Amino acid sequence: MLKEQGLSMPTISIAGENALIIYFSDEVSDDTSAKIKQVEQLIRQAMKVDLSDDIVDLIPSYASMLVVFNILHTDHHKIRNKLRALLRRLDDNSATDSDVEQSSIIELPVYYSEESGPDLTVIAQRNKLSVEQVIEIHQAKDYHVYAIGFAPGFAYLGEVDERIASPRLSTPRNKVPKGAVAIADKQTAVYPNTSPGGWNIVGLCPVDMFDVTATPIMPIKVGDKVRFKSIDKNEFLSLGGELPEGFGKLS
Amino acid sequence: MSFSTGFLVKEPGMLSLIQDAGRFGSFNIGLTNGGPIDLQAFQWANRLCANELNATAIEISIGGLALIAQVDTTIAVTGANMSLSINHTNKDLWRSYAIKAGDLIELGFASEGIRSYLAVAGGFTIKESFGSTATVCREGVGGLVGDKLKKDNILPCASQRRKTNLVLPEQFRPRYCNDVVLRTVPSYQQKNFSSFQQRLFYSSDYTVSKSFDRMGYRLTGKKITGDIEGILSEGICQGAIQIPADGQPIVLLNDRQTIGGYPKIGAVISIDIAKLGQLKQGDKVRFEPISMEQAHNCFHLDLSYFNRKKLNVCD
Repeated sequence: MLKEQGLSMPTISIAGENALIIYFSDEVSDDTSAKIKQVEQLIRQAMKVDLSDDIVDLIPSYASMLVVFNILHTDHHKIRNKLRALLRRLDDNSATDSDVEQSSIIELPVYYSEESGPDLTVIAQRNKLSVEQVIEIHQAKDYHVYAIGFAPGFAYLGEVDERIASPRLSTPRNKVPKGAVAIADKQTAVYPNTSPGGWNIVGLCPVDMFDVTATPIMPIKVGDKVRFKSIDKNEFLSLGGELPEGFGKLS
Repeated sequence: MSFSTGFLVKEPGMLSLIQDAGRFGSFNIGLTNGGPIDLQAFQWANRLCANELNATAIEISIGGLALIAQVDTTIAVTGANMSLSINHTNKDLWRSYAIKAGDLIELGFASEGIRSYLAVAGGFTIKESFGSTATVCREGVGGLVGDKLKKDNILPCASQRRKTNLVLPEQFRPRYCNDVVLRTVPSYQQKNFSSFQQRLFYSSDYTVSKSFDRMGYRLTGKKITGDIEGILSEGICQGAIQIPADGQPIVLLNDRQTIGGYPKIGAVISIDIAKLGQLKQGDKVRFEPISMEQAHNCFHLDLSYFNRKKLNVCD
């Protein structure tokens, strides 16, 4: 698969004194995302065995993975060789299904409405759709979890159907509520906590996206797929969702 | 019923944070590392208190912290030259002192460097979040409640006074100046900057702008132009140098976001990040490219030097 994209991919480059970065592709694709998830799993398995003192942390993203290593124990030559060996295992298909967990599909309930999604109307008007159509389109496909960052537990999901893709607000809100399901360009996300933000809010999700008391802390990880499912207000409230005071009227 | 005792915060100062050596292993869920900006000064404070090197201490930026001891213990302050007084008597930094319950410890404002470290015997006993006590305010994680110290906070610690006081001899103490060379490993999107642009970058002086904090230092100087404006968001390591569209470099520090989409020309080595983090608006830096091998050499020599320096016993 990667060979079709040219011999140079994946490449391993220097990021910093104690970090290398693997570039898998120049663009976002389902194949790349799946590959990154597999490589992450292989590295995490190796971290339990022979790389336990060597690798400190991993940051998988859209088309790359940052590998931070412990400069007290190892150097970039050794880590490079280890990573190359792991990448070869995937390339020659010697990594079997038992090595690599399949992508999970996680269903997240969303209360879509004008009172929980103050930007639904604007998105509908801009794209000459009804609010119902916007809701229908948003939950019609499975989204890849491409990256987690920006804030603890904030997952970048993509890609959103062109018909509801929406530029960020020209003035970000000071307070986007926890659980807000939102769109920016062709990306969508669930705000794990109340924070400032400029994404277009279409609904609220009652599931905790970053619960420090839960195992795992996040219900999703990079490489998973997310499917949104519309619920009504009663279901939203019974699942523990809360409507922020006067939220639907916020502009 | 027991109340935790330790130190009462009388004045929190500009920005005082509970820090251990940092939070590692949670980058993949979006948590950055935090931890002391000047790792070496932090480690000296702990060594002076005969602590483990990553024991929890306080990072004081700019100054103004005042604490009242509730226990008998030993403390040491290192880093930027904030004036230290105990019960209104001036004391030296870079050495430890026996403290009794009721003592008032006050820090003034720094004239050289901006970050100091106050360690206590045994470290502050703070509950870990994600394996670390490091405070990252932006994330609301670490410290007492994920925030900077506030008046009337109680910073718990054991009552354990060290038998001897220690001092770092003057010739071994770092000097903080306002002109620093940042050794840099060219990396990431360096190939998207022409050799002319790279030479310009590595031969120009840059000035610390008014935007400098624990997330990053925004610099001003010669504009650097690459052949791309943005990239697919990717993992950002400590010290990475972003070049946004305005061409003015930003060096990313401990509280940076874990992923981002600006092109990066290289990454500053860790021992020089500590020097950068002691600078303030108007101070000067210059970047110097070095190889990965030189970077590792610098790191290990510095560590060896740190380990070889001996503390003396003092009264």
